[in-house]
Amino acid sequence: MPLAGAAAAPRDPALPARVALTLVVLLLLWPALELTEFDPGKLFEPGNLQMMGRFLGTFFPLALGADFLGLVLRSALETLALATAGMALAVALAAPLSLAVSESLSVSRIGPAPLAGLRRLLRAPLRLLLVVMRSIPEIVWALLFVRAVGLGPAAGILAIGINYAGMLGKVYFEIYEAGDTRPARAVLEAGGGRLHAFFYGILPVSLPELVSYTVYRWECAIRASVVMGFVGAGGLGQQMELSMRMLAGGEVATMLVAFFLLVMLADAISALLRKVLT
Amino acid sequence: MKLDVDALHLVLPGGQRALAGVSLGVARGERVAVIGPSGAGKTSLLRILGLALRPSAGRLALADVDPWVLPARALQQLRGRIGMIHQAPPLPPRQRLVTAVLAGRLGAWGLWRGLASLAYPADIAGARDALGRLDLAERVFDRCDRLSGGQLQRVGVARVLYQKPDLILADEPVSALDPQLADQAVGELHREAQSRGVTLVASLHAVDLALKWFPRIVGLRDGAVVFDCPPVRVSDAMLHELYATESQTLPVQGGAPLAHPEPLSRASRRGAQPLCR
Repeated sequence: MPLAGAAAAPRDPALPARVALTLVVLLLLWPALELTEFDPGKLFEPGNLQMMGRFLGTFFPLALGADFLGLVLRSALETLALATAGMALAVALAAPLSLAVSESLSVSRIGPAPLAGLRRLLRAPLRLLLVVMRSIPEIVWALLFVRAVGLGPAAGILAIGINYAGMLGKVYFEIYEAGDTRPARAVLEAGGGRLHAFFYGILPVSLPELVSYTVYRWECAIRASVVMGFVGAGGLGQQMELSMRMLAGGEVATMLVAFFLLVMLADAISALLRKVLT
Repeated sequence: MKLDVDALHLVLPGGQRALAGVSLGVARGERVAVIGPSGAGKTSLLRILGLALRPSAGRLALADVDPWVLPARALQQLRGRIGMIHQAPPLPPRQRLVTAVLAGRLGAWGLWRGLASLAYPADIAGARDALGRLDLAERVFDRCDRLSGGQLQRVGVARVLYQKPDLILADEPVSALDPQLADQAVGELHREAQSRGVTLVASLHAVDLALKWFPRIVGLRDGAVVFDCPPVRVSDAMLHELYATESQTLPVQGGAPLAHPEPLSRASRRGAQPLCR
């Protein structure tokens, strides 16, 4: 028997809404699972488990031959260079684009600005351009550029540069708008220009966030380069694709370890930069 | 810089009426304190004068021109001649004092000098001098987030001193300072105004500070000018009416009594609204 006081306590009025929300989410998920024919049970059927086991079994022992390790090191450096160059290109494209679409830097908000109408007109298509750049997956960009510049890292750099510029541009300008925009406004109100407002008002406010997001994207670029390697855009990914095709599981495993180390490195650099910049 | 406003109205986006017909003329080099209770429209008035807000209705003229009809480039130049001191200085926490102060002159410097100054401060001596006038000279390479609220407020004052504008607008510039520092900061603004013929309009919370330093006091209430008098003509009764308080607690910074208990009757017998001017 519950206590008398507990019996008198009112029911939580939020309960029906929560139950309804849970049901709606489950109802929405169900067709998604049906559509993708996702059946977790299959994972554990003995035949399939054996297949996966055999595949993973080929990973061992790791391939540790001196020649191969040298090749992995070279490819890892190539991947690192590819991701870094791609990010540099992405930042170079995203920085001006994010500035152009940012409204908190808009002088027109506090009065007429040179070419204000033209700028407002340009903002919409520039935003659309950012959407196009990031909505086309990097692998498609890579396939496109492989045809233009041939197999190799150059295609990967271009693919990462374009695709990631779309993401960086969007997130950059969201960071500008989310921060305290009063310093930028104060610069504009004291007769400074748009670039002054950015470098004296916005950048010092949002720099740590910008750096942290950029380094995270750099880490993503390292991982993305493996996928692009599969279409011949160079780096560790291309080697991995070759090894997979030759069913050399040990080599694949060694390269996975190399990947793991690269991502760890990116993580450490990100933590270090955040500590220095805040 | 001479300024004139006539029948200024401001309706805020929420529909709230911030200013309801303010008329005010300020001559070049004049120093005016605007006092009144919170919500009286002091900040709105200063922001309109500083070209940060556009009035809903009414006429505004700075140096005899309507700024809102100027072409963009001329408006930007005009803005460079106006220095605004904010109650909470809009300074990025990670910016160094030297950069924050030098930013005052970005309007005069132009793009490239402004950007180059980020690589190496263009005028360390100048920034140091401006900060020195507010006893912050040795903090010149410190970061803004290492300062207290009161110190930050003084950086805001130093920035405008370094800007050398023709019109200084100060919105509660010393609200976070103790009486002695407040006195010093307002004193520096006056020295600047007097030595260079700068027009100074300041809203002040502390009535005694306003009466001590400013030759002209404007009382603002509910978005309208209630009185516009020299300090000797401002009576206790006028102040009590302005702040709508029967008690003896007028907002002052020191404990000193306000000096001029002039009877209200003499002023009001003249019958003119607003009082004095």
